[in-house]
Amino acid sequence: MSAPATSTAVRFQTVSRRFGAGEALVRAVDEVSFDIFDGEFFTMLGPSGSGKTTCLRMVAGFDQPTSGTIFLHGHDVSQLPPYERDVNTVFQDYALFPHMTVGENVGYGLMIKRVARAEREQRIKEALELVQLVGLDKRRPSQLSGGQRQRVALARALINRPRVLLLDEPLGALDLKLRQQVQVELKAIQRRLGITFVYVTHDQEEALTMSDRIAVFNRGRIEQIGPPEELYEQPATAFVAGFIGVSNLLSGEAAQAVSGSTHTITIRPEKISLSAPSIVPSANDAHISTRGRVADKIYLGMYSRYVVALDHGGELTVVEQNRGSGAPMPHPVFKPGDEVALTWSREHMREVL
Amino acid sequence: MLARLSNYLYRHPTVLLLMLLGPPLLYMLGFYVAPLAVLLVNSFYRLDDFTGQVVREVSLQQYATLLQGANLDIFGRTALMAFVVTLACVVLAFPLAYYIARHAGPRTKAALYLSVLLPLWSSYLVKVYAWKLLLSQEGIVNWVFEKLGLQGVLTALLAVPGIGGPSLSISNIGIFIAFVYTWLPYMILPMQAALERVPNSLLEASGDLGARPAETFRTVTLPLIIPGVVAGSIFTFSLTLGDFVIPAILGNSSFYIGQAVLTFQGSSGNVPLAAAFTVVPIVIMILYLIGAKRVGAFDAL
Repeated sequence: MSAPATSTAVRFQTVSRRFGAGEALVRAVDEVSFDIFDGEFFTMLGPSGSGKTTCLRMVAGFDQPTSGTIFLHGHDVSQLPPYERDVNTVFQDYALFPHMTVGENVGYGLMIKRVARAEREQRIKEALELVQLVGLDKRRPSQLSGGQRQRVALARALINRPRVLLLDEPLGALDLKLRQQVQVELKAIQRRLGITFVYVTHDQEEALTMSDRIAVFNRGRIEQIGPPEELYEQPATAFVAGFIGVSNLLSGEAAQAVSGSTHTITIRPEKISLSAPSIVPSANDAHISTRGRVADKIYLGMYSRYVVALDHGGELTVVEQNRGSGAPMPHPVFKPGDEVALTWSREHMREVL
Repeated sequence: MLARLSNYLYRHPTVLLLMLLGPPLLYMLGFYVAPLAVLLVNSFYRLDDFTGQVVREVSLQQYATLLQGANLDIFGRTALMAFVVTLACVVLAFPLAYYIARHAGPRTKAALYLSVLLPLWSSYLVKVYAWKLLLSQEGIVNWVFEKLGLQGVLTALLAVPGIGGPSLSISNIGIFIAFVYTWLPYMILPMQAALERVPNSLLEASGDLGARPAETFRTVTLPLIIPGVVAGSIFTFSLTLGDFVIPAILGNSSFYIGQAVLTFQGSSGNVPLAAAFTVVPIVIMILYLIGAKRVGAFDAL
């Protein structure tokens, strides 16, 4: 077995985590292998119960693999307890110590490591500056808002200067506006410090916004790993196509009749153009055209979402911007019941498993 | 009619609150607060030595009597016993409470819970007399010591002045054992509740930040369960302070506060002195609670 490259921060090598036995056996993580590179923002994305959180907990040391090996910067840490690993975690519920002040919470790791008081105070100040909480160090966690608690949890983890920071759905409890703001800040902090971030979420938009690479988990296995654009534009499986973005799948006879493919095909809603059936462009090697009837239309402000029932069977969702009829390149507007022609480029269409 | 009443109460929640809280509050006022006040007032009266009648003149005579050597001995003995019993309860309760709260499965938990509560269902007097038999010269405890060849240890223990006596069933050791046994559930339950309220993620976070299990226990678990320990110790401490049955059955001639109160108001009819005696444990408990608050026992509540 070759030693992992130095640029690899975390390596999973055929890692499994099983719970229970016999009939009740659960394969939470099922022979998973992947690498997380030094300094990248890596997201583990998947529905609940897909194994992403178990993987994170095995990196932190709260859980041990049933089989397989986990390397941290080339060292096998599979059986090491949490306090002997150079990683820190931001917990979903923040896990702030209620009996300590904000300053004591942030400085906890340094206190445990017996860092001298003067240096400790200095680093607490720096950490609070980093997360923009200067002046709140004497408060108790119970006196803070959700967003502030989240920042304290982040400061408490970062003050130890870990080489890998683990984040377990840290924004789940925040409202949408705040979440979007913190997403940007998290990404900025990660770039500035150059630390490897391993981020767990079930929110695909969050994953797309922040990640350098995303691993999509499903039933204890990884469906696909890649940069956000690759996952969106070239989903490898029907699950990935459906979990990231809007699921637009055609299979069986409908797929055959429309595209000539014997596989399930997927096409993103914004890649399809709608036009009146009278001006349907002819299909050729580069384009695919088909006809249908508008089954439903939802007006969403910036754009409208059409659900079109195809004449060959099956349904496709199409998104059209609401540019208005007076715009230089107007988009046609349809209403439910209208006959329409759908056209898309062959290169935007993917065959998936 | 009923609908109108419920509508009225819905619009006037204060009236509803008064209706619900009124009876218990009146009860508390009439049967707890008022007697305590009467008790306090009585402690300032005095007994006419000649007629044996209570003289209703305010003086500090009873409190002066409390400061006599023999009475101070009673307070010291009782407070020390309450303290040692509480300490023993904390030490004994913790492992069980910890196991119930953090490790036991649902079935084991129910079984252990029941076994902690079960002794509370049986009569207190029966339990104390049971200890009297167990600890007596002919009892099983003595027999076990004998069979193990440790008779000498027991004899040496009983020979220690202050805690010993003619047998375990007539000694401060016996009183101590019966107190610890009787009050232990009152310590286990709040401790276990406190331990259960400590989220697992806090312990994980502590380990994640580099703390070994022993450090996590000292810096996270212990401070967070202190309110539970204080709650339990209020039970064990105050119940021991006021008890007169266990010392009467298992003790010798050296009195505890409860016995003194019983004797003064019962056989000698000196109600003012008995009242003054009763004020002492109340004051001790108030000081104890203030002390607990000072050291931050209630900060995590």
